[in-house]
Amino acid sequence: MTIEELRKIAQSEREAQNKFPHHVCVCMAAGCQSSGAAEVRDALLKEVAESGMRNEVQVKGVGCMGLCSAGPLVAVESEGKMYANVTADEAPEIIRNLDTGGDGLKELSAEDPFFKRQQKIVLENSGVIDPERIEDYIAHEGYFALVHAITELTPLEVIQQILKSGLRGRGGAGYPTGLKWSTVAKTGEQKKYVVCNADEGDPGAFMDRAVLESDPHRVLEGMAIGAYAVGAQKGYVYVRAEYPLAVKNLKTAIRQAERLGLLGNDIAGSGFSFHVDIRLGAGAFVCGEETALMASIEGKRGTPRPRPPYPAQEGLWGCPTLINNVETFANVAPILRHGPEWFAASGTEKSKGTKVFALAGQVTNTGLIEVPMGITLREIIHEIGGGIPEGRKFKAVQTGGPSGGCIPDEHLDSPVDYESLARVGSIMGSGGMIVMDETSCMVDVAKYFTDFCRSESCGKCVPCRAGTEQMYGLLEKITAGKGSEADLTMLQELCDLIRNTSLCGLGQCSPNGVLTTLRYFRKEYEAHIAGEPCGTCRPEKEAEL
Amino acid sequence: MPSDDKRWKIVDATARRHGREPHALIETLHTVQESFGYLDETALRFVAATLRVPLSRVYGAATFYHFFTLKPQGKHTCVVCTGTACYIKGAPALLGAIERQYGIKPGQTTPDGELSVVTARCLGSCGLAPAAVMDGTVLGKIGPADMLARIQKGMHP
Repeated sequence: MTIEELRKIAQSEREAQNKFPHHVCVCMAAGCQSSGAAEVRDALLKEVAESGMRNEVQVKGVGCMGLCSAGPLVAVESEGKMYANVTADEAPEIIRNLDTGGDGLKELSAEDPFFKRQQKIVLENSGVIDPERIEDYIAHEGYFALVHAITELTPLEVIQQILKSGLRGRGGAGYPTGLKWSTVAKTGEQKKYVVCNADEGDPGAFMDRAVLESDPHRVLEGMAIGAYAVGAQKGYVYVRAEYPLAVKNLKTAIRQAERLGLLGNDIAGSGFSFHVDIRLGAGAFVCGEETALMASIEGKRGTPRPRPPYPAQEGLWGCPTLINNVETFANVAPILRHGPEWFAASGTEKSKGTKVFALAGQVTNTGLIEVPMGITLREIIHEIGGGIPEGRKFKAVQTGGPSGGCIPDEHLDSPVDYESLARVGSIMGSGGMIVMDETSCMVDVAKYFTDFCRSESCGKCVPCRAGTEQMYGLLEKITAGKGSEADLTMLQELCDLIRNTSLCGLGQCSPNGVLTTLRYFRKEYEAHIAGEPCGTCRPEKEAEL
Repeated sequence: MPSDDKRWKIVDATARRHGREPHALIETLHTVQESFGYLDETALRFVAATLRVPLSRVYGAATFYHFFTLKPQGKHTCVVCTGTACYIKGAPALLGAIERQYGIKPGQTTPDGELSVVTARCLGSCGLAPAAVMDGTVLGKIGPADMLARIQKGMHP
């Protein structure tokens, strides 16, 4: 496969698509499918067939369009219109009135802040291309970066571009990607691996799932470029078994890329070979930690081990291994395509580019968003998210899943970047963002996350295994109205201990939920201790009994 | 093979595809669960022998990962998502309703083997919170009463 051949595929695909004057896209990602998108698509196809418009209207199933709460979503691309909550009964109306949309359909405005405030790099193809067709990806400049890199750049030049872009790991910790790549590249070993971490275990996070479902080739392309840069021959995508659609689309994508010679032996006649395999996770949160993930790929229990040695030196089966998150790999091809300066132009001084967030909870617009780094939390929640529904009051936003913390109103003007979020006691994390309003009890939320951490603790190190259990016990006591001031002190001490002595990130970050709620919502803890009724933990009736 | 049940051949095919190497353990257990619905002792022993790994390691992996179950599931399964978004939007009420109606807690099956209820860490359908899955059908933005009706309908169509 040469650049010329790639261009030809792109050209013929575009011509084939341009034959249709109208393009109707139906979101077929998991969220919209749950709301009945498949029936809507069938109804659209049926109407097109019955009205004899087969040569005029192309109905296309595409990936996530973002606004999951308003699904199923249908877009008439040629007219620049998007409809929300479409039912199978309403669908024919869209075909009958392609330009006006007909009556009764709920139209979304492109001027809505939900769409307007976003900036798409990772999700540029999401909701636009058919994820099950490699030709559609190629028609959107897919695989050009890979072929360009392996035929015209040296591995070192690729790494320099990534370094220059300032890209940092999107899995949450924010380690500079280029630095990681160059560490793996510098090891003298012959056998190396590339691993894509798609074990998105944070409850409330579905960014990686959406990327894999909507644009799987982008991740494969990023992995292949990474493999070329570091000198690896074999790659694994470790993906949750709970994401059947993502697994299916990924499998199809690997097969298609192999067929076109974009993965496999001697890619683009360069002598560079790269094979990708899928490994299914099995529902262990700790496997998102890199050393645990690699143990799991090796068929073992997913328990972490101390670092160093880092996977970059000793990873899978003892070989140097490059391990990056889905979103990190998804950023690679655009960086090579547009240049590192283009990428570094968005974001803040230390956090470049964009970040994808899964916005959920007590907020009007829930779904998937991609925003430039440095945007404030307030803008995300009140503008893009459309604020809190039913006139209720905002209380906190939780970022970073069970390892993150709860951020109160007074810090909503913090910019979203790795350092600022750490300063207020939370973490960037992989991108889950859950909004809570005044009806949520923060002690209960802390208990919820502690319960999560204690049951997901792998049991290898004592501080995490026993400490989270003790934390949970104290929180249960407090929520039952039986706590005391001394319990709060002990809780605080326990948090410090677990944070400083646990083996891996899961343990070290597990107190964040408790620490941030203690810091910002101490009054609620005190109210529970004083025996005041709480709508969540101790409804008034029960408290009286 | 433990019996002439054709499903063992599917399991064996997975092991073979990975060269019967020990690292195929989790992939092979996935195939067993997909084919039989759960992992029983016969299956664990078969996988151990096929991949030449100690039974203790097979059992260790099978019990470490939440996705694997050692007990047969009921005829119908209702999965309630307890991810953060679902939790704050009412997942506990959904579980409470099931417990009151059917007397089973997460991880349990009704004595007649008709219904199992399990929880999921996160279905990734946070935009549709609270969410549940009845026999593979996702029920988004669902309340306790509607959910019970859907369970009833799923069990007695």
